[in-house]
Parts: sequence; C-alpha cells; structure tokens
Amino acid sequence: MSFFKRLKESIASKTEAVTSKFREGLTKTRDALVGKVGELFSRRKKIDEEFFEELEEILIGADVGVNTVMELIDELRAEVKKRKIEEPAELQPILSEKLVEMLRGSDDEVGMKENPNGITVILFVGVNGVGKTTTIGKLAWRYKQQGKNVLLAAGDTFRAGAIEQLEVWGQRVGVDVIKQESGSDPAAVMFDAVQEAKRRNVDVLICDTAGRLQNKHNLMEELAKIHRVIQREIPSAPHETLLVLDATTGQNALQQAKLFGEKSGVTGLVLTKLDGTAKGGIVIAIRNELSLPVKFVGLGEQMDDLQQFDADQFVHALFAGMAGTEEQADEPENT
Amino acid sequence: MAFEGLTTRLQNVFGKLKGRGKVSEDDVNEAMREVRLALLEADVNFKVVKDFIAKVKEQATGIEVQKSFTPAMVIIDIVNKELTELMGGTQEKLAKANKPPTVILMAGLQGAGKTTLTGKLAKLLQSQNHKPLLVAGDIYRPAAIKQLQVLGEQIGAQVFTLGDKISPVEIAKQGVQLAKDQGNDYVLIDTAGRLQIDEELMQEIKDIHAAVKPDEVLLVVDAMTGQEAVNVAKSFHEQLALTGVVLTKLDGDTRGGAALSVKAVTGCPIKFASTGEKIDQLEPFHPDRMASRILGMGDMLSLIEKAQTNMDAEKAAEMERKMRNADFTFDDFLEQMEQVRRMGPLDQLLDMLPGMNKVKNNPNFKIDEKQIARTEAIAKSMTKAEKKKPDIINYSRRKRIAAGSGTTLADVNRLLRQFEDMKKMMKQFSGMMGPKGPKGGMKALKGMFGGKGGKNMKFPF
Repeated sequence: MSFFKRLKESIASKTEAVTSKFREGLTKTRDALVGKVGELFSRRKKIDEEFFEELEEILIGADVGVNTVMELIDELRAEVKKRKIEEPAELQPILSEKLVEMLRGSDDEVGMKENPNGITVILFVGVNGVGKTTTIGKLAWRYKQQGKNVLLAAGDTFRAGAIEQLEVWGQRVGVDVIKQESGSDPAAVMFDAVQEAKRRNVDVLICDTAGRLQNKHNLMEELAKIHRVIQREIPSAPHETLLVLDATTGQNALQQAKLFGEKSGVTGLVLTKLDGTAKGGIVIAIRNELSLPVKFVGLGEQMDDLQQFDADQFVHALFAGMAGTEEQADEPENT
Repeated sequence: MAFEGLTTRLQNVFGKLKGRGKVSEDDVNEAMREVRLALLEADVNFKVVKDFIAKVKEQATGIEVQKSFTPAMVIIDIVNKELTELMGGTQEKLAKANKPPTVILMAGLQGAGKTTLTGKLAKLLQSQNHKPLLVAGDIYRPAAIKQLQVLGEQIGAQVFTLGDKISPVEIAKQGVQLAKDQGNDYVLIDTAGRLQIDEELMQEIKDIHAAVKPDEVLLVVDAMTGQEAVNVAKSFHEQLALTGVVLTKLDGDTRGGAALSVKAVTGCPIKFASTGEKIDQLEPFHPDRMASRILGMGDMLSLIEKAQTNMDAEKAAEMERKMRNADFTFDDFLEQMEQVRRMGPLDQLLDMLPGMNKVKNNPNFKIDEKQIARTEAIAKSMTKAEKKKPDIINYSRRKRIAAGSGTTLADVNRLLRQFEDMKKMMKQFSGMMGPKGPKGGMKALKGMFGGKGGKNMKFPF
C-alpha cells in the first residue's frame, strides 16, 4: 500500500475532533512551511543546484537543523540520481515520507509509559520559560478527565511566583499540590510528594522543576539529585521524564536534549507554543540524532490545548493541501 | 557561552586559510561557505546570512593583502567589521524622557523573560540612583503579578497592581499617573507574553502603547530563539515601533544568532544582555565585544574589566614580576587562585579567553570546582618550606601531603607535575613579553591580546 494511502487511513481512523484541533493549531506552521515548499515544488521545473539550495533554506528556516537538513538533502540527491527523477513534483512525496520516517518511532514510544502496579511518576524538566508549569497544568487536566487521581509536586522553589502559578493550575484542574517554602530544597519537596502520593495512593504524580540552563553544572546536579530521590523512593520511577521545548527554540534545543538527557534520563519531549508561526522543526533533528520521541504538543493557552503527538498527523498537517501530493505518491513508491 | 560554536567554526575556517599567499576567489568562496554554515548553525536567520555573506564576499574578493598580514587576517577583519556593524556598531543607552517619568514598556513572546527582566532593570536603575515604579500588567499568566511583587520586594522597589480583573491598559495608565504623583523617575510596565499573530492581545498592547506613550519599547528576546526570531521581531516592530531589544538567557550555551537576526530586521539596538538568574546579572550589550567573541578573539575587554574591579593592582604587578622571573611558588599559586576566584565562576572566565571555547568543547575537559578545591587542599597541606621550594618534596613528604589533604598520592604527583609545566610555560611567556617595564599584569595582558585602541592588535592564531 502506498505511503500516503496508509497515512490517510490512519488519520481517518482517528476521531475527527482531535484531528481538527491538531490541524487548527498547526495552521500557522503549515501556512508558513508548506506554502513555501509547495510554491517551490510547483514553481521549479527542474531539479538543479538552485532547487536544492532553496529547499535547504526552507528547511533550515523551519529550524530543522543544519546537520539534519544536509543529511536530508544528500539523501534526496541520491534518490534523484538513483530513480532518475527530473520533475520536482516527483521528489515531493519522497521528502514528506522521509520526514515522517524521521519523526515516527515505534508505537510504544508514542504513548505515555505507566506504572501498572502503583503510582506513575512524571518528571518535567527544561530551560527557563518554555512552559513547564503550564504543560503540567494541562496534563493534570488530561489525566483528571480520564478519571485518574492526580497529585502535583511544586519543585520549582527558585523562581518568584512559580509555586503560586502551579497552585492556580491545581485549583483550576481540581488537584492538590504538594509544596514547601520558596527557596527550599526541591529534592526534599519531591521526597514529601512521593510519600504523600504513596499515602493517598494516587494514580499519577506530576513533578515540576525550576527552569535551568543546561550548561549550569550545579543546577544540573540538583536535577540529577531530584531524579535520584524519586528513584530511591519508587525504584521504577520516574516512569517518564519529559523535556519541555519551546517551538521557537533553534539549534540549542539539541544541546538541551543532550544534556538534560544525561542528567535526568529524558524519555520524551513536549513541544510547546506551536500555535504561533514557529515550526518546531528542531524536533526532527532531535528525533534523528538522539531518537527522543515527541509525546505531546502544546497548541494554545487553554486547559485542553495539550495534544498527544502523532507523527503522521504532524507531517500531514504540515503538508496537507500541498498541490498534487496524493496522486503522485504512488509512483515513486513502486518504482 | 554565546556564540561558542560559531567561534570554533570560524577558527577552523581561517586555520585552513592561514599561510596562503593571497586571497583568491576560491579562498573566499571556501571561507564563505563555512561562515554561512557557522552562522546558520548559530541560528542566524538564513536571509540575514545571505545578505551578510554577499556583503563580505564583495569586500573580500580581490582585496590586496598587505605584507604584514595574512589573508586570514584580512578576511577576519572584514567579517569582524561587518558583524559589529550588523549588531549595532556602538553600545546604546536606555532612553530618558525630557520630562520624567521615563516610561518603559516590555513586550515579547511567552517565556522570553519579561518579568525577570523588569526586576533586573529596576535593580540596575536603582544602582544609578533612580526610583523606578514597577507596573504589573500581566493579568493572564497565573501568579505573574505575584512574581513581580516578589522581585519588587527583593530589591525594595514599589510594584503597582490592580489585580487580574482590570484591563492592562487601565493598569498602565494608572501606574504612570501614580509615578507622576509620587515622583518616580522611571516606570517599567511588565506585560503578558503574547504571540505576534494573536490579534486580540497585540491590539491590547497597542492600546497600552497609545495610552501611556512610552519613551522606550523593549522587545525581550530569548537568546535561544531560532529562525523564528525574524518573524517575531518584524511583527512586533511593525505594530509597536520598538526602540530597543534585550537578549535574555545569554548565559546559556546557545550561539545566540538571534541577536544578529533581530538587529538586522528591526534596526533597533540591542541595549542589554541578561546573563544569569541573579537579579543583578544584567549587562549593557557590547556589539563590538560580541563580534570579537564570535571571531575567537575572546571577550578580553570584559575579562579585563572584571579583573580590574576585583584584582588588587599591586598584587597583580607583583605576580607579573614573579611570573616573568619564573620564581613562582605554591604560595603565589594559592594567592592567584584566590584572586581568580573572586572574579567569578571559572567556566565563565574561560569563556572570555580566546581559544578557550575549543578547549571547553572537548569532552575530556571539564571544569570541576570541586577539583579546584582539591588542588587547593593539596597546596595548603604543604609546609612553608615545601611551598617555597617544591623540589624538596620527596616520596614521604608526598605521602604526608596526600594524607593531609584527603587526596591520593597520584593526585599530589599530578599537581606537582602540572606546577612544573606551568613554570616552564611562564618562562616562555616571560621571553615573549620582553624587557618591558613593570606595567601591571593586566595591562600587559591587554597589550598582548589587543586593547581597545587596537594599537597592539595581534590575532591569537
């Protein structure tokens, strides 16, 4: 079966509501990227150096990452040679296919890992101002909707007003927040939170941490300690450590994923602020170079604006409406 | 620190060019290809890169290389000048209203660091004997007002708020009025983060702008921003007529190409750089220094300034004499460590040194403050005689030192060996410095790496 047919079917099988929400949130991203790619593919009549250069610029412009783009372009060049492709239109489905390939992991990576016999602990990490606390609020709401018992841990004891911010989210969603004084040891907060979670026998414990730049040695050690404390109290925890990335972030996101991964064993990404015109293309590079899957995307400021990430949908949303995408998809696949 | 990778990259490029006789077109093309990649990797917007490359290429091709220069130096000079110019030439100060209060409006995306910056800027103004009033205009993000209040409390500045039920336009208006009434000379208006495509919120900030007529509209930009920086800056500039830009989170390891992009599309000067989580870590942005840093010349001027404020001039002169004569002892070593410590965290200092970025990127090279403490412990465990004359340290003395400092024999041996190497290096250095009169250590350093006047300009590669 052709790639695009599969894609179409997999999307059709999903609830229309989720898909449309996803699509809506990504409209800006799509307009910005696809408009350009589509225009390039229809305007150019020949595949030549200039064509590749322009394609390179469009992808770099989407923050896909220089190395990944170079790799991608090289692969496309090779395909062009191998299949003797002359028309840009023939190359287009190959490009989208490669992008989906890069983004899609195995199925078990997409969902959230859960603890079958006890508390599921989810730890949030990331640099300053990416939206960790907001994402936690949204995720708590999500679990609450599923009828789960949720507890939050206010581990950002550093930034002014951070504990209060989480408390406001707790009230909105209707879940309790375990906290200590501002300025106290975040690892101690985590210890308390885990004990309390055990006592109440909750389903999910979500831990907030202070934003920190990945090159700050001491702060990263603090994070490693938080991780250790949680692990000591519940040996299988944290079941997920999610690195929150701002979609507007450029190449530095790779560095973030690497260093946070070393210190806190990141298991997945959350891409926030995708409702802007930012393309968040860096997740492709991260997936490609570090094989970290994207679990959720933040598409707005409302409680229900956190959506499960789906590579098919992501690329489909990016490339939907591109002229002639589906008709031509079959040919290169079969040759 | 900022622009690290760009530095390394450019050094590699110009390393390749080094030693060739003339700048041929091929040389320029090769260099420009690398410069382009480096800039793209540094998140400079691709359009900005394109223009930049075109400009430099035009100037560099066919340029005459004077005898005393290498082609690399010539190209670096051009790239340097262009970069500096692109980033704004000289440093720009904060606007000041003819009739106080000076009203400053913050704008930017969510999470850029507006609220923190508002606190830092207030602190900076206070240190210049101004009396700023902070206005809490972010009524949307939970606890944003609280955050500003806590910051205000920390620095002892008044925060004006009407809660989160009143429109920010009204809050801003009343805030400015209050400042007039009680004689505050600066009003800093914090606003909610907003996407540049959110029409409703953009209208709101335009209304605030119209209501208070700010003297300064600062766009707060996260230094880690990628290609998107151009769209954000352009849109905010079109709708708000920005007067300046502030880069935040520059203490990260981002290359910070966003700085170039934002400057190029808005034409607004970058007025401040935010370089840490502490409330006093806000520095004026120096485009010329940043350009030197990009080019691998390190941020020597900042380092020298830091050294001057923290080092005892007399001690430095004495140290320099000792270094030159290579009669450097463990006492001096401890003394020097103490002095350096006072200048701040070591990795931050290293960032400012030319060539050090390369060393730092080496995974085997990690600055471990604990290791430094251990080294200090070893040196402190020596007797007076041993410190003065390390040659007398034999096996049994080593064993005692290791036990005394809680380290191993191997650690002690390593330090002794390093110390010897250091002394050797100093001998070489002193040869290089020549028989100049005692000028004070830092001045000599300044001469070595090229001071502000550029008289002694030498490229460290």
